[in-house]
Amino acid sequence: MTGGNDELVAALERAGTRYFGVPVRIENLFRHSGGASRQTWGFDAVLGDGRREALVLRRDPPRKAGTAAPTPAENALALTRSTEFHILRAAARHGVPVPVTLFELEPGDGGGEGYVMHHVPGTAIARELLREPRYAEGRKKIVPQLGAILARIHAIPTSEVPPLKAPTPAELLAQLLRVLDAIGEPHPVFELAIAWLDRRKPPAAAPRFVHGDFRTGNYLADESGVTAILDWEIAHLGDPLEDLGWLCIKSWRFGAMENEAGGFGRREDLFRAYEAATGRPLDRQRARWWEIYGTVRWGVICMNQAWKHLSGAETSMELASIGRRAAETEFDLVQLLSEA
Amino acid sequence: MAQDRPHVHELLAAIREFLATDVAPKLDGRTGFQVKVAINSLAILEREALLGPPADARELGRLKALLDRDAPLPDLNAELARQLRAGERDESDPALMEHLRLTIADKMAISNPKWR
Repeated sequence: MTGGNDELVAALERAGTRYFGVPVRIENLFRHSGGASRQTWGFDAVLGDGRREALVLRRDPPRKAGTAAPTPAENALALTRSTEFHILRAAARHGVPVPVTLFELEPGDGGGEGYVMHHVPGTAIARELLREPRYAEGRKKIVPQLGAILARIHAIPTSEVPPLKAPTPAELLAQLLRVLDAIGEPHPVFELAIAWLDRRKPPAAAPRFVHGDFRTGNYLADESGVTAILDWEIAHLGDPLEDLGWLCIKSWRFGAMENEAGGFGRREDLFRAYEAATGRPLDRQRARWWEIYGTVRWGVICMNQAWKHLSGAETSMELASIGRRAAETEFDLVQLLSEA
Repeated sequence: MAQDRPHVHELLAAIREFLATDVAPKLDGRTGFQVKVAINSLAILEREALLGPPADARELGRLKALLDRDAPLPDLNAELARQLRAGERDESDPALMEHLRLTIADKMAISNPKWR
């Protein structure tokens, strides 16, 4: 079961023994599918006193030496695993459902940079949540829960999280253009959409804590609805409506196209749940700007994922294949800009 | 010189069917997921082998008319991208929007015909 992962097992045993204060043996180590850029591993820690803990490791994959650096893509916002660890702790203090974090790996452990948390029940796989009968009740709860959870995330005081970047809308658009130029494959639809967004930039507001990748696929849910919000690696400061717009882009509906809010409910239901939780009205036009921005952003990320493979930074068929998904967002953008 | 059959799309289909029938059922976990990615990618390549050349020809013809100049397809796309970034054209131009709609429709017929 753990064949070929002896180094990682040894690292987890060292770190686990330090944390629990008793000898720890690692069993049933397996790598979760998905997460092309960050690795997630499940395992059992069997403690010397007989306890067994179902745990999860999140870590950076080792980068091959001597290969080209990736483009300055979404990596411009990417946080270290250590920063992510501290953000998870702040989110938990403010009532956001997140996995309970236990400990970080240390350099001497030999497992790379990462941290360990408790296993949380539920699945992140949209197609299971959307189709399996046992989730029939749970999936009705998802959109109202996500609206309320987002209000809590946006209320996390910026003073309680590690220092984060606070890109303005203009800087975010400039960043997309830099990635397009670095890859060097002209995409007229993305140029049109970025120019459209540039002419309609929302006025700056006081920066708030923003999750940055709040979408179906990045939370766990089960029969009771949402159990944990995951994937905090591009948390930053900015306009909270960025998170609502991102959740509504077509790419996260997984075939349930009429349910704009992540495939589980209507956009308006999400907005109302968010308004009920914040007690303030939400600017729909501004949310729309962020949804269109999010659609371009996903398209550029698709190009960049393929570029990681093509540049030799991270050889992966999965990354390479994502390049062909950029066209989906071009299709959506032509539609969105024709309606707008 | 023309190659013997199978044609590109036929050989790709044979590989895809082998992976789907004989390989995928034996796998699970991460490798199983990746074989599904491979099967999906092979289906894209099959469609591209058949539909790609005529789609490129249509895109080139439209771009020549839209930009009123003759150059290879990548150069014309680079020029259109430049004009859009510079604000020389925008979404109020019906000919531009029609070109983009038709181009994306051809792209989607290859990369993901089910997308709506």
